[in-house]
Amino acid sequence: MYAKSFQRPKSLFGEFSRKSGDHLTTHYCPGCGHGNLHKYIAEAIDELGMQDRTVLVNPVGCSVFAYYYFDVGNIQVPHGRAPAAATAVKRALPDSLVISYQGDGDLAAIGGNEILHCANRGENITVFFVNNAIYGMTGGQMAPTTLLGQRTSTSPTGRQILEEGFPMHVSELLASLEGPSYIERVGLFDNKSRMRARKAVKKGLQNQIEGRGFSLIEVLSPCPTGWGLTPTDACNWVKENLLPVFPLGVIKDVTADRENWNRRRLEVTPERVAEVLGITHATAEKRTATWTDSNVATCYRDPRIKLAGFGGQGVLFLGKLLAEVGMREGFNVSWLPSYGPEMRGGTANCAVNISTLPVGSPLISDPSVLIATNRPSLDKFAPEVVSGGVILYDSSLIDTAPTRDDVEVLAVPATAIADSIGSPKVANIVMLGAYIGLTNVLPKERVVAVIESMTKKKALVELNIKAIDAGIEHASKAHVAEDSWAV
Amino acid sequence: MKSEEKEDRGRIDISTEECKGCGLCVEACAPNVMQLSDGFNSRGYHPAVYLGSGCTGCGVCFFACPEPGAITVFTLLSPAKAAEAASLSLATTTL
Repeated sequence: MYAKSFQRPKSLFGEFSRKSGDHLTTHYCPGCGHGNLHKYIAEAIDELGMQDRTVLVNPVGCSVFAYYYFDVGNIQVPHGRAPAAATAVKRALPDSLVISYQGDGDLAAIGGNEILHCANRGENITVFFVNNAIYGMTGGQMAPTTLLGQRTSTSPTGRQILEEGFPMHVSELLASLEGPSYIERVGLFDNKSRMRARKAVKKGLQNQIEGRGFSLIEVLSPCPTGWGLTPTDACNWVKENLLPVFPLGVIKDVTADRENWNRRRLEVTPERVAEVLGITHATAEKRTATWTDSNVATCYRDPRIKLAGFGGQGVLFLGKLLAEVGMREGFNVSWLPSYGPEMRGGTANCAVNISTLPVGSPLISDPSVLIATNRPSLDKFAPEVVSGGVILYDSSLIDTAPTRDDVEVLAVPATAIADSIGSPKVANIVMLGAYIGLTNVLPKERVVAVIESMTKKKALVELNIKAIDAGIEHASKAHVAEDSWAV
Repeated sequence: MKSEEKEDRGRIDISTEECKGCGLCVEACAPNVMQLSDGFNSRGYHPAVYLGSGCTGCGVCFFACPEPGAITVFTLLSPAKAAEAASLSLATTTL
């Protein structure tokens, strides 16, 4: 009687239904080392009983689709960023088994920075670094680990020291840091090396479960397609060419001295956040605002406001002020600035949502309100305003009215008004006054209260109140004029 | 060929359609009882085949094979283990 002794690990799917087309085989080329390593990792996960607690961070490269195969938690991340994502997962879920699976292009080139800092922090994760001395997925370009003299599609005459530098010994580099606990280099080229690789894989995962800190297993892996060799010749090539440059063995092991390297999860509760921010229940108002029973016309409700002008005109501040007032009124709000590096003179705009509904995205591509304080901003954003929306513009600075006839347009000589009451700097607040005067969306009292809480100088508060009043007055006069004209 | 009273220590199953014909198992097999078929599978690969006897159940072919499910290795159970397994499977079926 026979019993199964070696079979497909449970941590790999029985059928690859996530993959398009053929669900039976992997997408890896014949003889590719990824499949072997997948099996060894899955086997170790099974043996450690961690399938339901494993999170595999899928890289960019040939193994980008590892989630087709691994029946564990999976996330797929941008190129080279797997250690950062793995750090986040591990810290949020310290009891999970977090694996960062990366190739040499991903880990050593694009993600060189990420792995360096992750290793230096001694994050309690396990990294599998598949080194085939080439960029496999994109067609065999030179990688940091490419050997001297090795011909690739981007080093057609062979890698030269004075052109591309030396092959990078990532494991040795990382081992020179204090952070990592365990670093070993293994290969996949003959029976002995494969058995050694299985052991190292399990050790790397075991280290994490025991809280011993950062483990990295570098795997010298054949890439028959990228190297232009048969699978068996590719294994020989690993042995004859990669091994002399990247010798196998344990490069660093301080696991015996390392314990409790698992970070304890920070308990972040709404109460704790409130405590840190100094918000008490008396000041934390719930999002309970509604428009019903208010004097706000339906077309002005839940505004999506775009504010735009020159840097220095205070449009970003104005947006923040609107969002703050809306928030204190009990609405859901968002404020999203967009600006160049200039403090003055560049263009700046921001988007503000004030809504009774949760705000799905702070981006606004179809504003219902545009507040424009210079000509380029008006020209750029006026076409985006939805039909039936509102455009307010500073008519002291913009001499041409917008040409839209399907929106409500209010010209506000904000800079001139602000200048007449004391300072052109408060032109933005005049615009705010005009907006709330026109729409009643937010009460003046709350705006004043917010300004008072933000401004220490009493004189400035008074100037701002004057600016709000002047804006409201302008809006009401304009409204009356428009109404009488309509009649 | 083996005599009937002495069974092989192991045997293998190869899922022909899952095999990509890379030949690493053939290279790895210590008793040298595998080879690539002359025929093709539906993907156009020459799949590995077991010669039918001589397997020791060591498993090196399984670990050399990059495909997760292409090779399954079986090992011969000792008479005591076989009896135990039989009673276990009986127990589970009667449950």
